[in-house]
Amino acid sequence: MKRIGEQFDGWIYAVFALVTLCVFFACVCLGSVPIPLRDTVQVVHDAVRGVPSGAALSLARSVVVPIRLPRVLCVALVGASLSLAGAAMQGLLKNPLADGSTLGVSSGASLGAVLAIAFGITFPRLPFAGTMVMAILFALLSLLIILSLSYRLDGSLSTSTIILIGVIFSMFASSVMSIVITFASDRLRSITFWTMGSLQGSSYRNAAILAATLAVSGTVLLLHARELNAFAIGDDNARQIGVNVRRVRLTVLVMVSCLVGVCVSIGGTIGFVGLVTPHMVRLVVGPNHKRLLPASLFSGAVFLMLADLAARTLFSPRELPLGVVTSMVGAAMFVAIYYRSRWR
Amino acid sequence: MLEVEHLRVQYGAFTAVDDCSFTVPDGQWLMIVGPNGAGKSTVLRAVEQGVAYTGTIRFSGADLRQKDAAARARAIGVLSQNHFVGYAFSVEEVVRLGRYAHRSGLFSSHRAEDEAAVEEALERTGLTPLRHQSVLALSGGELQRTFLAQLFAQNPRYLLLDEPTNHLDLVYQKQIFALISDWLKTPGRAVVSVVHDLSLAKAYGTQALLLHHGHTVAHGETETVMHPENLNAVYGMDVAGWMRTMLGQWDDPACRAQ
Repeated sequence: MKRIGEQFDGWIYAVFALVTLCVFFACVCLGSVPIPLRDTVQVVHDAVRGVPSGAALSLARSVVVPIRLPRVLCVALVGASLSLAGAAMQGLLKNPLADGSTLGVSSGASLGAVLAIAFGITFPRLPFAGTMVMAILFALLSLLIILSLSYRLDGSLSTSTIILIGVIFSMFASSVMSIVITFASDRLRSITFWTMGSLQGSSYRNAAILAATLAVSGTVLLLHARELNAFAIGDDNARQIGVNVRRVRLTVLVMVSCLVGVCVSIGGTIGFVGLVTPHMVRLVVGPNHKRLLPASLFSGAVFLMLADLAARTLFSPRELPLGVVTSMVGAAMFVAIYYRSRWR
Repeated sequence: MLEVEHLRVQYGAFTAVDDCSFTVPDGQWLMIVGPNGAGKSTVLRAVEQGVAYTGTIRFSGADLRQKDAAARARAIGVLSQNHFVGYAFSVEEVVRLGRYAHRSGLFSSHRAEDEAAVEEALERTGLTPLRHQSVLALSGGELQRTFLAQLFAQNPRYLLLDEPTNHLDLVYQKQIFALISDWLKTPGRAVVSVVHDLSLAKAYGTQALLLHHGHTVAHGETETVMHPENLNAVYGMDVAGWMRTMLGQWDDPACRAQ
């Protein structure tokens, strides 16, 4: 009998890459000011070579190069990162309701960012990155606290203990955030906008940080696909077939925290992507992480780019918060795919 | 050879197993028997390093605690009584994971040897026709056979079985024990299993370990350990008499006619 390969064939990756690229260019071209594809390619080409574009292309260049291109890049990278992190967490914790935020790291990162906004915290050498540095610092600090508390309760760092401590920590971080917001009412608007999730005003620097984090953490997670399969079947089974359970669990948690921390610091709290994209992808490609992780990575990028496009264009020139759109679009897509898979 | 010396396992203030020692040479099938709460499953969990313990557990002379997870899995495989798989993995995907310990590096790739082991495990357990089926759609017996196939693919030298046929009907019980008996025929292998059914223990075991309240009552040849005197003292009843009464029902002419 013909064996069905565990991994995707090369042509499937090519299709993924092509679809992602098409959606990427569509999102760069479309918006409140539509730019033809040819002009978009021309101004990007000019900008890369460092030469000025013609007078006819000045509007296109001023929209595409400093605003739309970095934004769509950041959106794609955040979507890919959150979706990959969600897929890894759902496998590691054997729970389809888990995602990066289940761990409590997302709340920790949000708390750090809210503190930075409320108190105007900046760093002497990194004046641009107060929110980002605080969010990443708090994400890692949260992970340290959650793992230390879990370890003290249960030396084997069992899944249920980590989820329990993660949920409790999230509640604690949310309550501290509420107190901070109460006493920083003058910054309420910017804090509220940030917590709703938005990638407006993203820069190339943000995109570079996201890309570097995804390159490192994403590669490590993809290399642990087999271990995640074992965890998805059960912690005991993973140990019994020879997985170094504690080392792998720590590695995955740290990588997920890095991805979530950086994404939260740049885009705020963007819900749904990490939770639902892997869930929907699993219904199509199955639970094997050798297929699920790469498929989630590409699907997360495509999903968030389309959601961001909707956020920018639906009520143009007014822009919706990205987090709101992801939840609305994601819920509808989830119901459609879920029912289709049940009836098949 | 598996050697367990002065094993002690505590859950908080409760001592589940105390000063338990036994050896399992190659070619043997050790049955761990005793009433509920005797510490049978705890002994198995300690051997598979699933619970903290004091004492020494050695395999082929090496301390099992010092072995890395993959080396341990190549030495000892475990079959639990319950499996709660949350996702729709195929039978083949679950069985394939059994090869993890043989290619556990981050950059390891498929080898012909792994493929052959998976095919043989599927064939031996009769799961080849179900290889692409979701494990969520399997019956209890098929699911247990899937994890047994994973264990065969893992190809450890010793098997630890924790009540492997506890919830299964007689057909699957017979199948599973027949498969394990067949597996044991290869030299250098041995089986340690926890069973509640004393008839199964007597039928398949070559050695037995009788536990009571975490203490060893007897260890040695099955016939000696499972002597009515030992069993009656531990279970607090006439075990052999009860068994005879139960089996006697099948001597009824009506049953024999069928």
